[in-house]
Amino acid sequence: MALLQITEPGQAADPHDRKRAAGIDLGTTNSLIASVREGVAATLPDMEGRHMLPSVVRYTAEGPIIGAEALEQAALDPHNTIVSVKRLMGRGVEDVRSLGEQLPYRFSEESSGLARIETAAGVVSPIEVSAEILRSLVERASETLAGELDGVVITVPAYFDDAQRQATKDAAQLAGANVLRLLNEPTAAAIAYGLDTGDEGVIAIYDLGGGTFDVSVLRLRRGVFEVLATGGDSSLGGDDFDHAIAEWLIEESGFEGDLSAELQRALLMKARSAKEALTSAEQATISHSDADFKVDAELSRDAFNELISPLVDNTIRACRRSVRDAGVALEEIDNVVLVGGSTRVPLVVSKVADYFGAQPLNDIDPDKVVAVGAALQADVLVGNKPDEEMLLLDVLPLSLGLETMGGLSEKVIARNTPIPIAKAQEFTTYKDGQTAMLIHVVQGERELVDDCRSLARFELTGIPAMVAGAAKIEVTFRVDADGLLSVSARETSTGVEASVEVKPSYGLTDDEITQMLKSSFDHAADDAAQRSLAEARVEAGRVIEALGNALAEDGEALLPAQDIDMLQQAIKKLQERLSGDDTRAITEGTEMLGRASEEFASLRMDAAVRRALAGKQIADLDNEMSDNEV
Amino acid sequence: MNFNQNYFEIFGLPIEYDIDPGGLSDRFLELQKEVHPDRFASSSEQEKRVAMQWATLVNSANETLKSSLKRAIYLLQLKGVELEENPQLPPAFLMEQIELREKLEDIEDGDGDLDELDSFKREVKGVVAAIENKFSDLVTEDLAKAEVLVYEMQFLNKLLIAANQLEEKLLDY
Ligand SMILES: Nc1ncnc2c1ncn2[C@@H]1O[C@H](COP(=O)(O)OP(=O)(O)OP(=O)(O)O)[C@@H](O)[C@H]1O
Ligand SMILES: [Mg+2]
Repeated sequence: MALLQITEPGQAADPHDRKRAAGIDLGTTNSLIASVREGVAATLPDMEGRHMLPSVVRYTAEGPIIGAEALEQAALDPHNTIVSVKRLMGRGVEDVRSLGEQLPYRFSEESSGLARIETAAGVVSPIEVSAEILRSLVERASETLAGELDGVVITVPAYFDDAQRQATKDAAQLAGANVLRLLNEPTAAAIAYGLDTGDEGVIAIYDLGGGTFDVSVLRLRRGVFEVLATGGDSSLGGDDFDHAIAEWLIEESGFEGDLSAELQRALLMKARSAKEALTSAEQATISHSDADFKVDAELSRDAFNELISPLVDNTIRACRRSVRDAGVALEEIDNVVLVGGSTRVPLVVSKVADYFGAQPLNDIDPDKVVAVGAALQADVLVGNKPDEEMLLLDVLPLSLGLETMGGLSEKVIARNTPIPIAKAQEFTTYKDGQTAMLIHVVQGERELVDDCRSLARFELTGIPAMVAGAAKIEVTFRVDADGLLSVSARETSTGVEASVEVKPSYGLTDDEITQMLKSSFDHAADDAAQRSLAEARVEAGRVIEALGNALAEDGEALLPAQDIDMLQQAIKKLQERLSGDDTRAITEGTEMLGRASEEFASLRMDAAVRRALAGKQIADLDNEMSDNEV
Repeated sequence: MNFNQNYFEIFGLPIEYDIDPGGLSDRFLELQKEVHPDRFASSSEQEKRVAMQWATLVNSANETLKSSLKRAIYLLQLKGVELEENPQLPPAFLMEQIELREKLEDIEDGDGDLDELDSFKREVKGVVAAIENKFSDLVTEDLAKAEVLVYEMQFLNKLLIAANQLEEKLLDY
């Protein structure tokens, strides 16, 4: 279906320059995709006009079914219908069990590490399930926008740890989406509100969805959204309210013994309907009757409030901690914004209002606000708004630490540190001639390693053999703007780089991902080759365009004529290769051009920094002058 | 990128202890607006990498300059002072420390009164502020004395951390 492209007023003049970008809210219960069109960010409906895609995948021998249709079958086919898969992302089976979760899935026995589920279509990992949801949304967007997406921003709970973030990014890779950025859900909501009202000041975002709770405190100033602190619980949400009701029901029924998977799912769905009804009604009736289980119960709102009160109190405690971490007084918070379906529960609204001492805002649809904010960010990142001043500065949600003697965690980077950040830590060998060393990285606030999340074990090898204590190994931890960790290591006295092998505790290895990617193009190897050629061309085109623009802007000011000439020659060479179809030649050409322009990239950045500070110096002068006048 | 620039130079600030927090945070925002990787999301890998290095550097610089203790340590390092791990401290200062520690323990052993804890923290912060003032003068005149003041700041900082931990416990975070 080809749609007419209409140029947006005040946007890039040439419609061909406008890139297709989307924001995706990959939720526990519902997922959405939004895009900026004609200057307005809005969620995109499916063919039947539905905006929300239930985050449910049912595996059948014929292939996966995604969304509402799958949800309808959840109680009939509980083993093959994966609901709330987000709660399993980056987690092991033991984690899920220790969270007290009763899930009607058959977890694969062999799965050490990442939880895997046996289905009618074989064993699947939560990453693959999420990839199905993402693929379905991306397809919806490319149909609506009449073309492949150039890039997406995917939201994650701010309180997601590294394994959960990495799992989300891997899912996007499997779905074939180009991820511009992982964006924290509350930050996305803040963008939607901030850009909408243009207000400056401190805001708190309270986001209670189906499976996760986040709170973020941000300062908005001169187009910059600066996250001051974030907190939450990545396994607390409306699902837990449902579980609380279901447990109450089982108690009411007097039933003892094991529930079948079908019954578990049916009760949870009835609990959810009752909960949602209690948002406007004072009373809800829940009944179920089959051969082994019979119940007919009345749940009042007061009784419901009593069931969930401890859970809501936990969220308020997290708010208190984040406000304290943010270093602001409660009175300094100008606005409190509610996000997520579970903030419709009256008890939640009243407890939030009580704590913050202000009526919270929910003017933007709490179901859509995250996707809309992500779409706005995607539009900027993909390059559709070159003059946009908006910038997000986010933080690391949970401290990163290392296992030390006695199973203790030594913090390397503290929670709420602004990202990107890098920290180096020095280690030494404890045996003569030791050439390898094992490093265990954990995330969390607790003192004992066992109480933190295990992220990965790194084996450093290639340490030069020396007497014990002589080798000085500097290990550098880097957290990028997506909140993702990478590690490198170097022996400082000899300068030898130690190689780092990553074994994610609850994730897929690179090899596994490559394997899955290969098998997902189950067709001929040809397809895969076509695909990598197309990708190589896109990347080359991007580098040529970026360098061309940079040269036009700053070339003469920063480079001698012969260097400009050299770079232009290099561009021309790559362009020649582009017309051929030798993937390797194109990729190598792109790398070469990249290396040739490295120095120029640094010079440009230095110049930008000087400009920023020069502007500052003049502004200071102005301030001083106006101070003098007073 | 000029890695030889120190944190003060990166922010275009004079190399001295006293700093205007508002000015620092304004500069921080202006710099991040130029160098943050999000500004280069559709640029070449090289530019992204340079942006990432710069943004990391600006964040580290900001973290150091923003904190009065870290800034003091950094300033001494710039002046070639190497801090000791287990320094000797003046007996009078240590006496004062013991008293403060005991006070904190009393609060913990008592009912854990939050108001008392609050006023305790204010008292400690007052002591710290006085030391910082002295440091600001001495760092240009007498490095040996300034060094001792940093050890005192470190000591008091540990005390404040303990007070904060108690507060977290009392508030049941
Ligand atoms: N009217 C209502 N009253 C009470 N709860 C509601 C209501 N409407 C939706 N919910 C609950 O909101 C939750 C879904 O919210 P939402 O769609 O924001 O979550 P999500 O984005 O999928 O999850 P998450 O953000 O945690 O990943 C479900 O638990 C649902 O039962
Ligand atoms: Mg959500």
